[in-house]
Amino acid sequence: MLRTKLVRKLFGTTSLVVLSLITVNTAVAQDDTIKVGVLHSLSGTMAISETTLKDTMLMLIDEQNKKGGVLGKKLEAVVVDPASDWPLFAEKARELIEKEGVAATFGCWTSVSRKSVLPVFEELNSPLFYPVQYEGEESSKNVFYTGAAPNQQAIPAVDYLMNEIGATRWVLAGTDYVYPRTTNKILEAYLLDKGVAADDIMINYTPFGHSDWQSIVASIKKFGGAGKKTAVVSTINGDANVPFYKELANQGVSAEDIPVIAFSVGEEELSGFDTSPLVGHLAAWNYFMSVEDDTNDEFITAWHEFIGSEDRVTNDPMEAHYIGFNMWVQAVEKAGTTDADAVEAAIIGVSVPNLTGGYSTMMPNHHITKPVLIGEIQDDGQFDVVWETSGLVAGDAWSDFLPESKQLISDWRAPLACGNYNVTTGACSGQNL
Amino acid sequence: MMTSNQSSLVLDRTMIVSLLLLVAIVPFLNVVLSSDSPFYVETYSVTQLGKYLCLALLALSVDLVWGYLGILSLGHGAFFALGGYAMGMYLMRQIGSRGVYGNPDMPDFMVFLNWQELPWFWFGMDHFAVAVIAIVLAPGILAFVFGWFAFRSRVNGVYLSIITQAMTFALMLAFYRNEMGFGGNNGLTDFKDILGFSLQDDTVRLSMFVASAAFLLIGFIVCRRITISRAGRVALAVRDAESRTRFLGFNVDNYKLWLFTISAILAGIAGALYVPQAGIINPNQFAPLWSIEIVIWVALGGRGTLYGPIVGALIVNYLKSWFTVAFPEYWLFALGALFVFSTLFLPRGITGLLQKEESA
Amino acid sequence: MNSPKLQRLTRYLLQTLTAISIVVLGVLSNSTSVLAQDDAANQIIQDLASELTHKKTASRLVAIEKLANSNAPKKTIWLEAILEGSLYMRKEDKRMVTVDKNGSRYSITDAITGEQLGEEKKRALRKIKINNSIRGTIRNALGTIALTDPDAQKRNSAVIQLFGATNGEVVEQVRELANTETDTQVKNSMLTLVSVYDLKEGSVEQKKAAMSYAEGKLEGELVNALREISESDNNDELRLEAKRILQVVEQKQKWYARAETVFFGLSLGSVLVLAAIGLAVTFGVMGVINMAHGELLMLGAYTTYFIQQWFPDAIAYSLIFAVPAAFLVSGSFGILIERGVIRHLYGRPLETLLATFGISLILQQTVRTFVSSQNVAVVNPTWMSGSWIINPAFSLTWNRIYIIAFCLCVFLLLLLLITRSSFGLQMRAVAQNRQMARAMGIRSSRVDALTFGLGSGIAGIAGVALSQLGNVGPNLGQNYIIDSFMVVVFGGVGNLWGTLVAGMTLGIANKVAEPMAGAVMAKILILVFIILFIQRKPRGLFPQRGRAAES
Repeated sequence: MLRTKLVRKLFGTTSLVVLSLITVNTAVAQDDTIKVGVLHSLSGTMAISETTLKDTMLMLIDEQNKKGGVLGKKLEAVVVDPASDWPLFAEKARELIEKEGVAATFGCWTSVSRKSVLPVFEELNSPLFYPVQYEGEESSKNVFYTGAAPNQQAIPAVDYLMNEIGATRWVLAGTDYVYPRTTNKILEAYLLDKGVAADDIMINYTPFGHSDWQSIVASIKKFGGAGKKTAVVSTINGDANVPFYKELANQGVSAEDIPVIAFSVGEEELSGFDTSPLVGHLAAWNYFMSVEDDTNDEFITAWHEFIGSEDRVTNDPMEAHYIGFNMWVQAVEKAGTTDADAVEAAIIGVSVPNLTGGYSTMMPNHHITKPVLIGEIQDDGQFDVVWETSGLVAGDAWSDFLPESKQLISDWRAPLACGNYNVTTGACSGQNL
Repeated sequence: MMTSNQSSLVLDRTMIVSLLLLVAIVPFLNVVLSSDSPFYVETYSVTQLGKYLCLALLALSVDLVWGYLGILSLGHGAFFALGGYAMGMYLMRQIGSRGVYGNPDMPDFMVFLNWQELPWFWFGMDHFAVAVIAIVLAPGILAFVFGWFAFRSRVNGVYLSIITQAMTFALMLAFYRNEMGFGGNNGLTDFKDILGFSLQDDTVRLSMFVASAAFLLIGFIVCRRITISRAGRVALAVRDAESRTRFLGFNVDNYKLWLFTISAILAGIAGALYVPQAGIINPNQFAPLWSIEIVIWVALGGRGTLYGPIVGALIVNYLKSWFTVAFPEYWLFALGALFVFSTLFLPRGITGLLQKEESA
Repeated sequence: MNSPKLQRLTRYLLQTLTAISIVVLGVLSNSTSVLAQDDAANQIIQDLASELTHKKTASRLVAIEKLANSNAPKKTIWLEAILEGSLYMRKEDKRMVTVDKNGSRYSITDAITGEQLGEEKKRALRKIKINNSIRGTIRNALGTIALTDPDAQKRNSAVIQLFGATNGEVVEQVRELANTETDTQVKNSMLTLVSVYDLKEGSVEQKKAAMSYAEGKLEGELVNALREISESDNNDELRLEAKRILQVVEQKQKWYARAETVFFGLSLGSVLVLAAIGLAVTFGVMGVINMAHGELLMLGAYTTYFIQQWFPDAIAYSLIFAVPAAFLVSGSFGILIERGVIRHLYGRPLETLLATFGISLILQQTVRTFVSSQNVAVVNPTWMSGSWIINPAFSLTWNRIYIIAFCLCVFLLLLLLITRSSFGLQMRAVAQNRQMARAMGIRSSRVDALTFGLGSGIAGIAGVALSQLGNVGPNLGQNYIIDSFMVVVFGGVGNLWGTLVAGMTLGIANKVAEPMAGAVMAKILILVFIILFIQRKPRGLFPQRGRAAES
């Protein structure tokens, strides 16, 4: 009896202690490589979109190593899987920086994942490159936003519909989360500013993965049947898109009657659709696979070779990683070190080629300059560019159309070095420094 | 019968001793040892273990109603999340004017959605005492009201499981709505201070770990007290033969209601301790699938014992951590197989193996 | 730099030579001269080649207008080909070709002569790209041409295409044609077109006439024109008259909107019933909580996908084959699950829940690993697309109509099977009293396996239907599992009628609440309603009575 008691006690104690020691630091960074973190979900609901970005990063790092690496050292990718679990994102980010000692991290897709890791990157002072279009209203010392801010996607899209298509009545339809909410807030203010009557704007929110669109499409149809040219601006997310477009087609709403412009439907998403009901509808991005340009051709060829399939498509967030990675490489070369502060100072003003035949520059607010393209969906799942901005658009962290953020500016250069400087009060707040 | 009782007594005591040792050893390994030592534990691992202890407390609370009362709750994630949200709201208010818009009266997400004033349920959340009350009351009241209706009208078994699932599902949808005033999909994040101390401070992190371990210990002792008391015996009787217990004159509904409420409060406390360590609370914590996963920790560890769920929660979560780095694609295979395997071959869980050996 | 110019020069030379030789030949023979003229006119497409493939939309638009206004006999065919996306230019010699796609192989034909030119790779060709404005221009051009088409269907769509046209000439042309039109549908469309124009641009007399035509009509264009008059016409009499007509119309529209809501509710209800009915068998009759039910739906949907992949030429029939195939696939998986796992867990319903949940995770990940983590594209056959237009204010989409009908068929068949067949009798006997049934010689374990297989097979069939409505991907099952359980529990376990009534009720309630509360709140309200309802009636709408209910 006594013996078994002892055995139990020993068993219990040791098992708990052993468990806690499993995570003991074993990885020691080697001196001849520079580690680069890749923080994209490889399982769970977001794996659909994010796995491709992980592969893109591996390809870019591979290519850079073939060119001789950076600062004479090879790059080493450290891939972790945050499994579409938001607290796990923060945990894995910490693991990358503290345990693996990565020089920079490329990752995240959803806003919530970025919000989850942001305090970690600021606390541990390490750069993060975020490649997806987002709602803006953020500028962090450590985050570089290589995707589109609302003024690089939403506003030009509305301009196109207004000026080229002649839309005068608007449906803003979105999934109920922060990106559509903010985008629609901005667009509503913008439209009212342009003289659109409040009656001519219909705003609608649906839950994630909404599948029964009958009533909503019927109301859009009714709204659009009032004799004015109507357009739908869609911030509908992921899975909900297929049934939405199917219902539009079935109820006889064609792209010529009521065009839908989407901000979350790209080449990758289209590969899982039966595209026939979508043909003629629009999307606004900063890059399309169909853009005819030599750098783009090279990129696509390299991608097909790397992934081993000619059927795989490229899309906008991949281009954002391409730009972000090259900017980081240049900044490191320029600074001569991978030290976070030095790189973050050096990267402002760095210009690298984008995939649409121009150059993108890192602005002092940590957003980049990009062209805005409007594409029409074709039956082969590609986009045909129908319109593009005449020049590059610089990303705006704080929207001019929201009352609270109108007075904020972001400039990370000395002496201001602030992401949200309030021009009326002269205060800078909310930085985890 | 004797042996099995004795063995569970032994195992319970072992668990208490282990937890005490953990509280003593881990801070020692973290603070006193130098970082070169092979036994040095980084703060990162301490926080991770702290989170797992919170999840263990959650598993314990599920086991209190499932293992001892026979109520399979598929909605305990909701109580955990409510406690977490209450803590999150306090932490959000602690940010004060250090938000990106520098607005001292409202969290950032309300400012940029043009809210004019703080919703009523946020009032007072800047005081820790109010937050603590909310942490206890929010899950407690929900469980009490839900249980009062459900147990009085004799909803039980599978039906009860399914409506607990409906409850957490409805709450998830509600919290995803931005109009609710809980930050929608983004949830609450970017916490800075707790009780005036920076959450980024290593000592604070270590204290959070110690607090988690302490509350797990307290929760464990409370559950143990309850289960060996008269109420605990009645609960077992309800689990095994509800009608018979009722006929014997016990007020079954009351026993169920109180245990269910206590269990929900424990889950809420677990959530409140989890959030500052995880750094975020989001409606995903209400997802029905997650609540089912919690049940699996309990089943794997061994339901109907108090140490079982703790062991189960730690094992599954460490496995998850390891799999998602080593073999991300195979995590769901492993988890699924674990479910099937443990229900088919380990009806009493892993710790059941120990007991069997003992009684043999 | 020189070579394209040179090529163009040679091509012109060659073309001129050909033209000359054709003319010479034409002189020789009268019959060929017509052909020669045609060919010369048809030559325009070749002349427009570079403009048609130009990068800028504006240049392409100009070229297409030129083409539409030309007298080339083949222009209709080309315009249609451009619309379909089958007109290309071969890059090496700038020859315009029509393309017949066969998988990744493109067999090409000369656009003018119809000569077969063999196969080309996609990269060797450049497509004439179109967008909405080009599509509109082409449709308008084709519309004017097709007004005199012998096919009434085509005439009608041509008129509809011209709706809203402000071009007086075209309207007068239509007015003329309307007099001699024999087909009533086409005539109606034509009169509507003319009336809309009159209401907007006509004299007071014309407006009055158009109004009396518009009375009681529901066409959106007419209603809008009337509304414009009722709001802003300076003639009081006309304004009042328009208001009176509009009132009647709006009343009618309101009723149709209500009918539409009921239809939406029924179709959503059918989806719920389809998703839940297999569960009603496994859960209701056997008491097994099958969390893998959603994945059995998913398997059915993937079966449809694979059938479409294997027989790409028979999309129209794919669903007919998919139904039995999905039944077999999901059914055999069900039997496998029953024999392998559930058999060992009878009497422990909560543990079957956990084990089957594990199975559901494994099935999901299997699909992710071996098929793709992406959604797959399941095609709707054409007979499932579009809507049945009853009148301009009320139309029902075909896919929903089929879903409702399909749901009722499945329900009735299952009901017959359970109440009328000997297998159904055995099934009910085992469900009610296992011991007694065994004593009567029923092989209860075989009945268990078959019952579970039946429930799973029906889930597979439902999956075929669901594949036509939404996404087909690894997460498909999870989206339906909670709803399915709600329907079964709400309806009363063990009662098929309960499932039907519950599904339809929830569907309609959801659709009625949705416009008022929004999609998210509607769903929350329904869930809260179910929770409260279960408190009032813990056994659902149609509770099971007798001994079995006690366990």
